[in-house]
Amino acid sequence: MGDPILKIEDLTYDFGSFRAIDRVSVQIERGSITGLIGPNGAGKTTLFNVIAGGLRPKSGRVILDGNDVTSGVPESLFLKGLGRTFQIPRPFARMSVLENVMLAPRGQRGEKLWGPFFSHGLVKKQESTIRKRAMEVIDFMTLGQLADHPAGKISGGQMKLLELARILMGDPQVILLDEPAAGVNPTLAVTLIEKIKELNHAGKTFLIIEHDMDFIMGHCNPIIALTQGQVAFQGTPAEAQSNQVLLDAYLGAKENA
Amino acid sequence: MIGIFSYIVFFATIASILAIAVLGLNLQWGNTGLFNGGVVAFFGAGAYGTLLLGGSPQPDHIAGFELFYPIALIGGMAIAGILAWVVGILTLKMRHDYLAISTFGVAVAFENLMRNAEWLGGGAKGLRGFERPFRESLGDGFLYNSVFLILVLFCLLATYWFLEYLVSSPFGRLLRAIREDENAARSLGKNPAQIRLTAFVCGSVIMGLAGGLYGTFYAFVSPQDVLPTLTFQIWAMLIVGGAGNNKGAVLGAFLIWAAWTFSGWALSRFAPIEAQLYTGSIQYVLIGLVIVTMLLWRPQGLFPERLVVSQSSLR
Repeated sequence: MGDPILKIEDLTYDFGSFRAIDRVSVQIERGSITGLIGPNGAGKTTLFNVIAGGLRPKSGRVILDGNDVTSGVPESLFLKGLGRTFQIPRPFARMSVLENVMLAPRGQRGEKLWGPFFSHGLVKKQESTIRKRAMEVIDFMTLGQLADHPAGKISGGQMKLLELARILMGDPQVILLDEPAAGVNPTLAVTLIEKIKELNHAGKTFLIIEHDMDFIMGHCNPIIALTQGQVAFQGTPAEAQSNQVLLDAYLGAKENA
Repeated sequence: MIGIFSYIVFFATIASILAIAVLGLNLQWGNTGLFNGGVVAFFGAGAYGTLLLGGSPQPDHIAGFELFYPIALIGGMAIAGILAWVVGILTLKMRHDYLAISTFGVAVAFENLMRNAEWLGGGAKGLRGFERPFRESLGDGFLYNSVFLILVLFCLLATYWFLEYLVSSPFGRLLRAIREDENAARSLGKNPAQIRLTAFVCGSVIMGLAGGLYGTFYAFVSPQDVLPTLTFQIWAMLIVGGAGNNKGAVLGAFLIWAAWTFSGWALSRFAPIEAQLYTGSIQYVLIGLVIVTMLLWRPQGLFPERLVVSQSSLR
């Protein structure tokens, strides 16, 4: 292996007596778009939640760019350079798209109670910088026309673009996307893939959970497959298509479903 | 003629004081989504605190430190804030209905403490021995009340301005984000626990200011002033006016207080004698009806929250 930016070492997580993640060890290559697949209930989203700090693992470590970030609270993971989206989008519904995006940057002096009063000039300067950057990111995500719309009133696909826009404001190195293509109309899905590729070319590493096999086979490399909380396969898309274990565990399960 | 003016001044003073408390609740509920079911505890802490700190010494309880009035008022606000800080540390991990129930319990406990701890708040007789500032030069009549109304209006405007500026700042944006989706806010590097506590304490200090002014106006406070009814009245004001909108909060306070006083007057004037005995109870029922009707008919209130937009013309 070359240069992993995210290392997951021997990670285990239990929901009560149910072992959701069972001694998972994987490495995510810097600059890759890694696909994470597996049947429903395989532990993909749980693995995301453990990596992103939402759940504390029973054992094991998460190493981000050489630093141990295990069981960190989610807010610290974002500040350390790991952003994630949610399977079901979580926009701040009664806030405008622009406000959603402007929220994300760290170190906003105006977020302290007395900031707006005692550091008026600094807050104003920060706000204007953040607003400009937010509009750039919103335009990049093709949401420019929607900047003033309530985030709860845009389409599900647009919400996925918005979540990605919010994350980008934190300039993360690693981006975790949980089913970005699910429920997104084909035109927006194409936009989303284009944006992921552009960001990837600019140096961002992606780890993507997806059920859409065309998406996975066409755009992700390598591919990791989970079944019953364990790594069942790791390799290139070509290897995945000829792997009997994977076909049995995942594609087989899909046919039965 | 002076009678009408005198009444208008009296009405406006009480309505403005309550409007300040509604603004405090709007910061907690309207902006941050914190369901404070014990508004009256913080209002009461401000009232008792101000009178205890500013009043003259009494033989039967600890009252009376005769502090300079503005210090006493700020002290009352600080006591409300300290109470909110303690309550916040203990309860803010809870959500919605659980937070409402526990804060409601705190308010009931506060009332009972004041009713029974005679050494502290004078017990059921209430807290006496408070000399209103400038009473010697202004007297007790219309002039005093007019000047006091100006002080109250000044406090209302200052609170309104403070909150309008606050909620339009990045701090306000953060409050709304936590109200909308705490987990999403955490995934963007924000620490909700700290912000929720800040908003809770800040809103309670504002309720404490309202309580302090209320106690000053009557130069008296008793457990009867900190009954749960007041919490419900203040909630009705916010719901009718429009949670999330400070203008709505103020107008809701005036509307509901007008409806409350009018219904009291109308009941005592026109209701059958047998019903008049129950005027107070009928009013409670009316407040409940107003809340329920409003939530069914127009849950966003008369003046709904405005979306903060980017003012495209200025971009």
